[in-house]
Order: sequence, then structure tokens, then C-alpha cells
Amino acid sequence: MMENRELVIIGGGSAGMAAAVSAYDQGIRDILILERGPFLGGILNQCIHNGFGLTYFKEELTGPEFLTRFVKQVQERGIAYELNANVTAISKDKQVSYVSQKGAHVIQARAIVMAAGCYERNAGAIGIPGERPAGVITAGQAQLYLNEYGYLVGKKVFILGSGDIGLIMARRMTLEGAKVLGVAEIMPYSNGLNRNIQQCLIDFGIPLYLSHTVSKVIGKGKLEAIEISEVDDKLNVIPGTAERFEVDTLMLSIGLIPNNDLLDKIGVPMSSTRGSKVNEHMETEVEGIFSCGNVLHVHDLVDYVVEEGKVAGLGAAKYLKGELKRHEKLLHTKAGDGIGYVVPAAIDLLNAEDKVQLKFRVRKPRKDVYVEYRLGDKLLKRMLKPAIIPSEMEIISLDKSLLEGEGELTVSLVDKEAK
Amino acid sequence: MATDMTCIICPRGCHLHIDDDLNVTGNSCPRGAAYARQEVTDPRRTLTTTVRCHSELLEVCPVKTIAPIPKGKVFDAMKEVNEVVLVPPVHIGDVVKANIAGAGIDLVATRDIEK
Repeated sequence: MMENRELVIIGGGSAGMAAAVSAYDQGIRDILILERGPFLGGILNQCIHNGFGLTYFKEELTGPEFLTRFVKQVQERGIAYELNANVTAISKDKQVSYVSQKGAHVIQARAIVMAAGCYERNAGAIGIPGERPAGVITAGQAQLYLNEYGYLVGKKVFILGSGDIGLIMARRMTLEGAKVLGVAEIMPYSNGLNRNIQQCLIDFGIPLYLSHTVSKVIGKGKLEAIEISEVDDKLNVIPGTAERFEVDTLMLSIGLIPNNDLLDKIGVPMSSTRGSKVNEHMETEVEGIFSCGNVLHVHDLVDYVVEEGKVAGLGAAKYLKGELKRHEKLLHTKAGDGIGYVVPAAIDLLNAEDKVQLKFRVRKPRKDVYVEYRLGDKLLKRMLKPAIIPSEMEIISLDKSLLEGEGELTVSLVDKEAK
Repeated sequence: MATDMTCIICPRGCHLHIDDDLNVTGNSCPRGAAYARQEVTDPRRTLTTTVRCHSELLEVCPVKTIAPIPKGKVFDAMKEVNEVVLVPPVHIGDVVKANIAGAGIDLVATRDIEK
């Protein structure tokens, strides 16, 4: 006999737990969280550094401290969860297939929240020239080994990519006695937070090579050395600029990709974030299937992941109570000049709360620009930004009353001088 | 000596400038000004790391200094950290090592490990 659940949440990290708590607090009781790993909390289990919670809890917490607060909220409410439970498929009519220590199961859900997080781009994704020795590892994998299992993956390390995980691992490996020889970043700017450049690199005298990439991997069986080279403005390696580093580890921090395969496989329309297209309640284009957190778009702060999870949980609760009816007319959002993406893809004004939140990232760093919000041709709001960078997600709340009218809701950048 | 620095108090990462009279500009909040003054007089960092802990599912337990310690004592602190072995149960806030590196600040657990 197939088990039935009102709400199944796929992923027990920050987004999934926040969604569960929020749905529960809206009156939904029959909830099951399926978590692939051995603990609730997802990636925060290995993020032992501090800096989490400043927005949400107004205090600075480490990853495990932050996640523990949500685990307590889940447990206090008696929300069911199953660990080591790997979801293998879902269907459009909301059957969830998963494998756990108890065997293989299928659950018929009435609503699903997808909160499966993201995965790391690896060496195969960027085709580094050279040999294929052991010793090339993604930064997040090295972080898991070190921070949960106590293994230091190498002693002489070079890091490719200056995202926050790479920067955090540069400090972490250094503290544990490894020598980090440098961090190469193919772009002319870092994608990490300024404060991580300071406290993870500058504090320890680790050089950051901007506009550089790894041009050769050298080693038979085990990594022996790498070469880095400067790149031109088209990101092509400039011949003759190679510099060699003797290392036993090349750590990659080259981007995160939403782990959205389960939804992609059943044809849930995707956006340019590689997550699903969602509306203002984080509902995908399949009724009753919601998506939030890093599986929807990669966030830089867990505080915002939690906020998004809560919106998805609220949406799922409203859907289950029959309060989230579909309407023909939708307000579509659009990423205009200089904008990489906008979440949500569409807003149903008849369902939307009083404030509608838009999240977006710019394509490249800009200074002294206006961010403009337009409904069709009509200018709704214009805000001056002295500096705006791709690694920081922008969030704006717009009054729903502003959004009545025709046309798309476009976010774009306009140079200050052009005005 | 007047100097420029990046604030590390929050993810915003303001670019701070502090002059010889300890006047701070570029900060978006009072914590940034306090940070800049601290950084030029007595730079400190919160240390987050792990200690050995032989539990059923984990080999290490994450820990932090309960307050920032002098930057110059971070590696001394790591030497002491490497001597510690915990036995579960461990709870968030348990003092793992008092007065780490003689800094007058305790090292505490940041994860609950029941067994």
C-alpha cells in the first residue's frame, strides 16, 4: 500500500527545514522531510566558520550553530524526517520515489517542496589541459573531509577560483598546517566576499592572481605541479605567461550548480539560473511543486535561503488549503540590461502578499549605476548604487499596489552618466 | 598611520579608512568604526576550527573562540587545539579548552554530538 503525505520536502538543509517549519506554522501537520545525508542541516554541517545568521538571527553564528537552531524548530514541532534517504524520482502527479536503509519506497504527496541544494562544478566541467592525476579536488569536498572526518587532503595547495568556498578553504588548510601557494581567478575580479579576501587571504599572505587560470596539470598518478597563466580580456590564455607551482593538491572553487535534475527530468520549465521557473510563492509551473534555496538559484547567504524556504513553505501550505488558485494573468519578470537573472519568473498578483520580493544578480561589477524597475515602459523605482557586483545577490521588496498595469516587470542597470 | 582596510564584521565588506586620530570613514554602521579602531590598535580574529572527537558518525567536532583572540596568537591556539580530544556527548557552548593560548578567551564546541 502506498504511503500518503500532505507535504514531502526533498532536502533537509536550511531551505528544506525552513519550508517545513513555515508550512507547519501555517497549519500543515502531515509533513515528511527526506534528507540524503546522515544529518539534518545539509551543507552547513561542514561550514564550521562563522558569519552566518547576521541577517536572520542578528548574531554571528557558525554553520553548525545556525543549523542546530533549525533542527530544534523541526524537532519541537514533531515534524517527521528520514535521514540517509535518497530521492530517485518524482512524478508530475507528485509521487516521490526514494531509497533509504528501510528499502525502496514510493510516497504519494499532495505537495512537494524541492530543496535539494546545489553541487560543485568539477574539473571535467572546465577541461583543464594536462594530465589527470589524483590530487585535483573540489573545495567543498575537501571541506567535508577536513571538517567532518578530520582528513587534510594535501600539504601544498593551489586553489583555482576565488569564490567564497575557495577562500574559506585557503584559510582552513593554512590553519591546519598546509601551505597554500596561491589562488587563481580567471576573471579580473574576485567572486568572493571582500571580507573573505581580507580574513582568508591577506591575513595569511596568500597571493590572489586575478585574470589567471590553471593552464596545465602535471603528474603521473599523483599531482606534482601545476602551471598558471594570465588570460586576456576574452579569457584566453596568453602564451608565454606560464608560472609553475609544485603542489600536491589543486583545489577547485569554480562555481555551484542547482541540483535540479529531479524536476528537470519531468520537464518542469527551467530558468537561466538552472533552477526551475517559479512564481512569487516559489511554486514551479507544475501546480503544487515548489522549489527554494540553492536548488532554485545559488545564494551567497544562508539567511536568504531560509527566507526563501519560508516563502515556499507558506506557498505549499496555502496550496494544500486551496488558497493558491491559478489565474490566467501573470506578471512576468525580465532581466534587462546588465542583469543576469531575476527570481521569481512570474508574479500572480491575485495571490501575491502585499510586498513582492525580487532577487537578482548583475552580470559583471559596475560602479555608479541606477537599478531601474519598470512595468512595461513605466518607471516604478530607480535606485543609485555606488557599486554592484555579481557575487552579491540583490533583493528588493516592491509594493504589490505598484505592479498593477500592463507589460513585463523589467530590472535593468543604467549608467549614472547617461542620465 | 592612516590606513585603508576591508571591514570583516559582516558580509557587506565596507572599505574603511582610518586616519591618525582614529577617525573612521567608509563604514555603514557603528560596528565598522569599532572594528577599524580595534584593527589598528589590537587586531583580533575569531578562530573557528575542529578538535578530535571520536563519535559514531564524525571524527571531529567544530569549535570556535567565544570572542576574537589576538591575531598573533592564532597559530599558538591551533597548537593547543590539536592536543584536545573530546568524548561525546558534546553540546554547543561546552568549554573545550579554557583560556586558549593564554588569550583569556575560551574555546567552545559549536555542534551537538550525542554519541
